[in-house]
Amino acid sequence: MQYALSYFTEISKYIIIGMVAAYTLLGFGMLFTGRGKAFKIMGICQECLIFAVQAVQFMHLAIVSANQDYLFLYLFAQVMLLAILGLVHFIYEKENLILLNNMCMLLGFGFCMISRLDLSKAFRQLAIVGISFVISIFIPEILKKIHFWRDLTWFYAVIGVSALSVVLLLGEVSGGSKISFTIAGSITFQPSEFVKILFLFFLAGALWEEHHFWNVALTAVVAGIHVIILTISVDLGSALIFFVTYVLIVFVATRNYLYLFLGAAGGCGAAVLAYRFFHHVRVRVLAWQDPWSYIDHEGYQITQSLFAIGSGNWFGMGLLNGNPKAIPRVDRDFIFSTVCEEMGVITGICLVLICLLSFLAMSEIAVKVQDCFYQLIVYGIAVEYLFQILLTIGGGIKFIPMTGVTLPFVSYGGSSAMTTMFMYFIVQGVCLMMIQQEEGESDERDGKTIEKNAGRRRTEKKRLQ
Amino acid sequence: MKKTQADGGPRKNASNKNSRKSADRKKNADNALEIRLVSLLFFGLIIGMLVFLGKFTAENEQEMINNSYNSRQQILLSRNYRGKIFAAGGEVLAETVLDEKQNEKRSYPYGELFSHIVGYSSQGRMGVEALANYYLINTNIALKSKIQNDVEGRKNPGDNVYTTLNVDLQRAADQQLSLYRGAIVVTEVKTGKILSMVSHPDFDPNEISDIWEDLINDKDSTVLLNRATQGLYPPGSTFKILTALEYYRENKETYRNYSFQCGGVFTQGTSKIHCYHNASHGRVDFVSSFAKSCNASFANMGSQLDRSDFSLTLQNMLFGQELPLTLSHSKSAFYLPEYDDPEYEMMQTSIGQGKTQITPIHLNMITSAIANDGILMEPYVLDRVVSEDGQTVKKFYPTEYGRLLSEDEAQLLRELMEAVVLKGNAQLLKGQGYVAAGKTGSAEYKDSSDDSHAWFTGYAPADDPEICVTVIVESAGTGGDYAVPVAKGIFDVYFHQIAAGNASE
Repeated sequence: MQYALSYFTEISKYIIIGMVAAYTLLGFGMLFTGRGKAFKIMGICQECLIFAVQAVQFMHLAIVSANQDYLFLYLFAQVMLLAILGLVHFIYEKENLILLNNMCMLLGFGFCMISRLDLSKAFRQLAIVGISFVISIFIPEILKKIHFWRDLTWFYAVIGVSALSVVLLLGEVSGGSKISFTIAGSITFQPSEFVKILFLFFLAGALWEEHHFWNVALTAVVAGIHVIILTISVDLGSALIFFVTYVLIVFVATRNYLYLFLGAAGGCGAAVLAYRFFHHVRVRVLAWQDPWSYIDHEGYQITQSLFAIGSGNWFGMGLLNGNPKAIPRVDRDFIFSTVCEEMGVITGICLVLICLLSFLAMSEIAVKVQDCFYQLIVYGIAVEYLFQILLTIGGGIKFIPMTGVTLPFVSYGGSSAMTTMFMYFIVQGVCLMMIQQEEGESDERDGKTIEKNAGRRRTEKKRLQ
Repeated sequence: MKKTQADGGPRKNASNKNSRKSADRKKNADNALEIRLVSLLFFGLIIGMLVFLGKFTAENEQEMINNSYNSRQQILLSRNYRGKIFAAGGEVLAETVLDEKQNEKRSYPYGELFSHIVGYSSQGRMGVEALANYYLINTNIALKSKIQNDVEGRKNPGDNVYTTLNVDLQRAADQQLSLYRGAIVVTEVKTGKILSMVSHPDFDPNEISDIWEDLINDKDSTVLLNRATQGLYPPGSTFKILTALEYYRENKETYRNYSFQCGGVFTQGTSKIHCYHNASHGRVDFVSSFAKSCNASFANMGSQLDRSDFSLTLQNMLFGQELPLTLSHSKSAFYLPEYDDPEYEMMQTSIGQGKTQITPIHLNMITSAIANDGILMEPYVLDRVVSEDGQTVKKFYPTEYGRLLSEDEAQLLRELMEAVVLKGNAQLLKGQGYVAAGKTGSAEYKDSSDDSHAWFTGYAPADDPEICVTVIVESAGTGGDYAVPVAKGIFDVYFHQIAAGNASE
């Protein structure tokens, strides 16, 4: 028995790599096959893999740590993922399977990694994901039933800016940044995450029908205020996300390449200014350029992250065999390094590809959506989502300077998980509306042809008579 | 799409709820291009990032694990015990011994003999223990034995490392250097394998934790310094190899006609260069200047050289550059100021004095490049990594660094170095059953005294070089008297015992 367990823990990482890679391949397969029987079968395979990966991971954790709490967590996590998959299938039938599966895969992976770092945090995360889901499940319905979303443009801007300002003035400092505050003693709340969604609604509201220059300039001012507040709060990652999202939304809404170039030039200018005037920006750049010379202070976090990835190598050291806690703030900003360290860089690459897959699926939906307002929102969500991934992973592997943002769904952090889930369900909602409309249209068309044919037959009859 | 638009009118009434939406449909149907463009951009960025990650993973594993800031070394060591280090012939140079309670002790059966090159692994790491650390603490034994160990609560044996070191040569070198301070490097010319590396004074790595405090607290102690790779010495007359090379490069047509009347001293303006002990060499040509190591003649040649060309030659010969060597080492240096009046520095440099400094390993690399027809092989000491159950994990192969000098330049320098043995300062090496070639040096390291470091760098056999030997004996006297006998002792062991033994097998 003991031998069997030992065998299992030695080879479990290879099993996981195989399953995650298979999941990723299936996902890309689904992206390229249209909806049909093959698509459905691949989706079901993916769902099986989600649960299989969880099973292997938690079994490994429980055996190696000899801590049965992992089994409780495992049970809860499985029940929750089953509930998410089951309820969404049951209520919405035609949901986007790629996005739904990816969400569950990433959430499951997150539960496992967080519990490996800190079991009690994993239980908290589980609770927050549960609450988020209970709210999110209504989002598609709400989007369908309520039509005044596009009329609240300035309301979004005011709420967003004031939320960010409140944090700037009253927020607590964590990791050098002022980005969160605590309610009721224990619930930490990070408004910039939620403002990301408000910001998209604002931009979509302002730009879905009017594209003239003054309108764009006005939105630029509002976007600028968001970005400046975030930069002063030392939330550089969010500041960048807002900026990039703004530029790309304006570009896609107006289809004017000049704005894209203006945005790029403005971004470079702003980056130079920020580098000149903000000490914390210079520190990040310094730690990126030459972390090894500042290994004790500025470069500590990034070099520890590189140690983790380098030590893990392609196949990883195996769960609980590494030392991820050497990286400060590992559970939020550097969870990817832990994945690479213990599950291997191959698994890490697959996770990134899964995120990329979600992005591609979202932007394909954006291409198809007819309603400009919702199109901009879906597209904005896709951009925010992928750009955040680029920032957190690129920062953790020294591809770009560190900005300290989370890996959506995988990192610990309630605000992040909840916001990302809202985003996924908004996309689902828009997608469902679109499908419904298409069906409505084709029904209508079919109906009309029948009518026409009937009419033609009638006239023919008449003529014959 | 057009059809929908055409039908828009009547449909508006039909689906009253979505009236507003239907109106906008035409607006955005064609920004698909822009959206896909951005998708493509992000796709490219992500793929670029993953390539970066893959490259990092493929290239950096060892460095990452070996960094002392990386706590994962301790984790590996808590699961594996350090592997063994072997000499080329299979002799154990270092091993971890476990007692009944699984307590580990690192043992070095040869004591002081391999102190610097094999090094130590507690109190920091040095030598092969540092170079091969990653391999020694990782294990590649079969899964079955790993699990067996796991279940029985034993640690896994780390992988074993075979070096290129030869115990007999190392012992000969150590005995030859005797009680003198100094260093010896012996390499294989055609491969760059380090066969032996000795640095005196040495220490017993078995007792490193006991002597550590004393060694660290004594600021004047250089016991832990590996003189062979880290010791910087004035090259003395061995540097004439480089001056001769540059003189040849600048006077390809006429160097055979070179002639100089040596009266024991060369004067240029107010600067004077004396021959060793003011000896007067009489009339010398290019070859005999070199063979007799005539300072006056070389100062004369040096004063005619083009400084920027000489600087370039020296840089190409890796002066002031990082050496292609994984052992920790110092950079050799030279000083050739553009304006120098009187031409004191220039003349000093051409005879290897002045501000020129070189490490023994660097001189050995230059010599063996000459012996190897101009091509430098990177010196290396790790031969292969083998798991405890005998599987080869990694094999290291000879690596060509590149060409340092042309074939005819190498040929000329070999001729000069052969002359040193035949009719110059290293005649002790004549008639030994092997034909050696080389250059001696007596490097003055204090302005006021006659003390000098004794140098010899050379190779044998002269016609088809196998090994290259570089010797420095500190504060001993002339190279001919003190370094050449050391080299002879090493050549003797190599050709009379080792090579003969190999032949008879």
